[in-house]
Amino acid sequence: MESVCPEVDYQKFLAEGRLMIQRSRSSGRHVFYPRVAEPVTGARDLEWVEACGRGTVYSTTVVRQKAPVPSYNVALIDLDEGVRMISCVEGIEPDAVRIGMPVQARIVYRDDAALLVFEPA
Amino acid sequence: MEFNLRGRTALVAGAIYGIGEAPGMSSLDLAARASVDALAQVGLSPADVDGLFVCTPDDMLSGLTFAEYLGIHPRFTDNNRSGGSAFEIHAHTAAMALATGQVDVALIAYGSNQRSGTGKLVQSSRPSPWESPYKPMNPVSSYALAAARHMHQYGTTRAHLAEVAVAARKWAQLNPDAFVRTPLSIDDVLGARLVSDPLSVRDCCLVTDGAAAIVMVRAERARDLTDKPVYLLGAGSATSHREIASMPDLTVTAAVESGRRAYEMAGVGAGDIDVAMLYDAFTINTILFLEDLGFCPKGEGGRFVSDGAIAPGGSLAVNTNGGGLSCVHPGMYGLFLMEEAMRQLTGRGGDRQVPGARLAVAHGNGGVLSSQATVILGTEETL
Repeated sequence: MESVCPEVDYQKFLAEGRLMIQRSRSSGRHVFYPRVAEPVTGARDLEWVEACGRGTVYSTTVVRQKAPVPSYNVALIDLDEGVRMISCVEGIEPDAVRIGMPVQARIVYRDDAALLVFEPA
Repeated sequence: MEFNLRGRTALVAGAIYGIGEAPGMSSLDLAARASVDALAQVGLSPADVDGLFVCTPDDMLSGLTFAEYLGIHPRFTDNNRSGGSAFEIHAHTAAMALATGQVDVALIAYGSNQRSGTGKLVQSSRPSPWESPYKPMNPVSSYALAAARHMHQYGTTRAHLAEVAVAARKWAQLNPDAFVRTPLSIDDVLGARLVSDPLSVRDCCLVTDGAAAIVMVRAERARDLTDKPVYLLGAGSATSHREIASMPDLTVTAAVESGRRAYEMAGVGAGDIDVAMLYDAFTINTILFLEDLGFCPKGEGGRFVSDGAIAPGGSLAVNTNGGGLSCVHPGMYGLFLMEEAMRQLTGRGGDRQVPGARLAVAHGNGGVLSSQATVILGTEETL
C-alpha cells in the first residue's frame, strides 16, 4: 500500500498546478478533503485523480470589511466529481456571486503558497 | 436491549450567575459560583457531587481543574467537547449514569468570562487547513452560508431572520437578567451592519460573560429535595460534520435525528411542547430548528416566525429568556437553555412565565450546525 500524506500531497500537486482529489478504487467515489481512508467505508484504497475543475456554487457569502479594506467572497463549490469544497469566487463582485452559478477552478499563488480559487465559467 | 430513561432522573436545581459582564472573575470562578448557588437551593454541597459534567472554554482539562477548585471528588467526570450542545449531551450522559447507579448526584456546570476577559469569542478549536486560506469569519460565515442556501431554496427572507431577532429581544425585555433589553425593530435589524451576507450584526448572538449550573439526581430522590422536580423525559443527539463544507445539506440539521430520538423516548411530539428553547447563536438557527424539530414543515420556518409568532403573545413560546441573541451567550450557551426551561416548568418565569407550562424542549447546537442535542423536560404531571 502506497503511503499517503493527504494534506502534504494535495498541496504539492496544487503547487505543480494540478487540482488532484482522491477516489476510492473500490467504490469509485471521490473524496475531499484528502484523507488516509474513505469516510464511511474505511477503504484504504484512495488514489489521486485529476479533477476537471468545473463546479457549481452551492452557497455564497460576502465577508464584510471596514472600508477601505475590500469585502471578499467565500463560497461552497460542488465539483462535477461530486465533492464539495470551501473556496472563493473571484473575477466578479463578491456580492454578485449566485447560488447555482457555474464556475471554473484556477490555481493562484499567494503568500508563497498555491491556492485554489474559482471564477465564473 | 432497551433501557428507558424516561422520567428516571430529574433536574432539581438550576442557577445562573454573572450574566452579561462579570469583570475580574475567571471562567472558573463564574462556573463555581453558579454551581454552589444551585447546590445550595436543594441543601447540597460540592462534597455531595460524585458525577461532574463541565467544559469551560479556556481549559482543556477543566474536568480536573473544576473538581479541584470546589473540592469535588468525582466517580465520573465528563469533559465533553461537542461545542454549545455539550450540556444537553451532559444531561443525557448524566441521566444514564444516574439511572444505572454509577453516580448519585450529577452537577453540570459552565462559565465564561469571554466578554470581560478578551472582548471577543474565544477560539479554542484548531485552525482548519482547508478553510483558513479563504478567511471565512467563523462561525458567522458558516451560518451565513446556511442562511443563504435556505433563502435560495425556500424563499426565506432577511425580514424572516429579523423576526427571530425581534422576538428574542421582546422576550428579553420581560427578563430582568437579560443583557440587552433596548427596543429592536425589524427595520433596525435590516439596516444593521452586514457581517457576512445575509447575516447582520443583529442576526448574531451576543458576546457576554455568564455561568450556569444544574443539579440532577434520580427521580426517587428528587422528591425529597424539591417539591417541583423537572423530569428528564427524553434525550437524543447526533453529529453530522465539523466544518460547514462537510454538512450534507445546509438546510437540514441533525436536529431531525436528535429530536426524533428525544421525542420517541419522551413519548411526545412537537405539538405537545409548551416552551421551545432553541440554541439561537444566529437567527437562521431558530428557523432551522423549528423545522427540524417538527414545529413546522421544512422550508416554512421563515413564514412560521412571521408576525410575531414566536414573540411574547405569539403562537409558540420560543427562547423565553431572550436567547443567545438578547439574553446571554458566553461562548457556549447550551446550559442556559435547560436552566430557562427549568424556570418555566417550575413557574419561576416572572413576567415571561408561560402559563401552565408542562413540557419543554431544550435544543443545543455545537460547532457550525455540526452537533445537535435535544432534551425533553416535563413537570410531575407529564410522567
